[in-house]
Amino acid sequence: MNAALSPARELTAGYARDRIALSALWVLCALLLAALAAPWITPQDPYDLAQLDILDARLAPGEASSAGYTYWLGSDGQGRDMLSAILHGLRISLGVGVLSTLAALALGLAVGLAAARASGWIDALIMRIVDLQLSFPSILVALILLALTGQGVDKIIIALVIVQWAYYARTVRAAALVELHREYVDAAVCAGYGGARILFRHVLPNVLPPLTVVATVQVAHAIALEATLSFLGLGLPITEPSLGLLIANGYAYLLAGQYWISFFPGIALLVTIVAINLVGDRLKDVLNPRLK
Amino acid sequence: MLNFVLRRLGQSALTLVVMSLLVFAGVYAIGNPVDILINPQADQAEIARTIAQLGLDRPLWQQYWIFLRGAFGGDFGVSFVANVPAITLILERLPATLELAFVAMLIAIALGIPLGLLAGLKLDSWIGRGIMAGSILGFSLPTFWVGLMLIMVFSVQLGWLPTTGRGATVDVFGIPVSFLTWDGLRHLALPATNLALFELSLLLRLTRAGTREAMLQDYVRYARAKGVAEHNVVRVHVLRNILIPVITIAGLELGSLIAFAVVTETIFAWPGMGKLLIDSINMLDRPVIVAYLLVIVFLFILINLLVDLCYAALDPRVRLKGSR
Repeated sequence: MNAALSPARELTAGYARDRIALSALWVLCALLLAALAAPWITPQDPYDLAQLDILDARLAPGEASSAGYTYWLGSDGQGRDMLSAILHGLRISLGVGVLSTLAALALGLAVGLAAARASGWIDALIMRIVDLQLSFPSILVALILLALTGQGVDKIIIALVIVQWAYYARTVRAAALVELHREYVDAAVCAGYGGARILFRHVLPNVLPPLTVVATVQVAHAIALEATLSFLGLGLPITEPSLGLLIANGYAYLLAGQYWISFFPGIALLVTIVAINLVGDRLKDVLNPRLK
Repeated sequence: MLNFVLRRLGQSALTLVVMSLLVFAGVYAIGNPVDILINPQADQAEIARTIAQLGLDRPLWQQYWIFLRGAFGGDFGVSFVANVPAITLILERLPATLELAFVAMLIAIALGIPLGLLAGLKLDSWIGRGIMAGSILGFSLPTFWVGLMLIMVFSVQLGWLPTTGRGATVDVFGIPVSFLTWDGLRHLALPATNLALFELSLLLRLTRAGTREAMLQDYVRYARAKGVAEHNVVRVHVLRNILIPVITIAGLELGSLIAFAVVTETIFAWPGMGKLLIDSINMLDRPVIVAYLLVIVFLFILINLLVDLCYAALDPRVRLKGSR
């Protein structure tokens, strides 16, 4: 390892040494850009009914519409361009995944730090709640929450946050307990700093890096979970079609051999999840000092 | 050991009480129990009668008591749709779900452990890398989409396997099972494979990591030095040592399979309790949802308890750690 390199440069160089992970990062960037720019780059606004023609319904990939426009990935039951629908769906899926993960991360950080700092019975109580929740699979918890609350973007984000926070809380608490016994914390105490300042200015920055890796991979989990719930008809409403909902809509046509309505959104979902997982895996290796 | 069993039983009982409180809070405090437990199509007189019958006009703690008594007596109210007790509906569907979960677990174990062992022994060869790449795919592929693709390939394109239902069943001790008839097996193949995929990847990775670690241990080196044939080193020394944690995880994951069966059952119209749950949610058949909730919580606590007890029986360190 070249000592002259700055930590950031070193990290980038370490990451780039794995070519698969590097291409995964490029794919992920491309997907993010496409999702962000979806309203401007898609050939059709898939939810503007004025632009849809029922005569174009269920066209196979590559067929041209009555207006002379080519449906590269085919069209769905309402004559909607699948490519446009997928990019819009990706936008919703990524948005829900990232937002819920960030919120869960913030909540888990707060609770985990509080537990580590408080110790005693408060710590024990919080950790029992975490244990209890983690003993049930996330899909079940989310399913039941949504069965009780009903559909909606806000509700699915709340459900995804509730499903994920406990995991972060446990990780943060374990890491913070280690940090709190380090010498720099003793030094900070001797310097007369208050508990909150030590926790947020000294312990938090040391706990955060490994957590960001966990969070990266969790975004993929959140996206997959949201897609599953939406597929089951419990996640997002029909007005906010994520990739999961697009796949569900194509289910009926699948049995008639019109595979593309379910197949392409699934591929988009798969590529997104695999790319995030590969990037997360590589980050874990690069940031792990023991593997250097 | 007795000490451990008693303490673990106490924990399970406590969890059960906490979960019952949460379910109660979900149904009675957050939602309006009148909406949840009384058929929206009922008329005023019937609503009033049911409110009195369910004790919804009494104070909250009395309602909880009534709820608990009902739950322990297996009385979760009557399904709006089928008009039979909700618990009957669920118990009818339970065997189908359990069969699916067990067969999926069997597939995951039968393929995951040998493949993981192979990947762990041949770390840097193309076989090892190929298996690991496959397991990343197995982790990343959303279960429901794999299910659709299985249907597309094996049912729609090739026409080999049926897409829906359980097929012909045979009664074993009064419980219908599919795996004893050819037709039933054909119906079981796709959903069980679908459900097994994630678990297979998980067990594969665990076995690989365990093998990798075990191969570096002194006992493996000594066995080799003693002149033990390589296949016996793997079978007797490595496999034995990694099986305990892997089988424990497999046991714990059984619950997760039952949960994920909700997705698989919905896709393949497998008549288990997961499909019942989704149908009930779509038809707002809330007594069935509440009953499912309590049954699944009970099932989970039971599985966790059994796995912990087995683990303690196998590994003395677990017992000792708890009794300090």
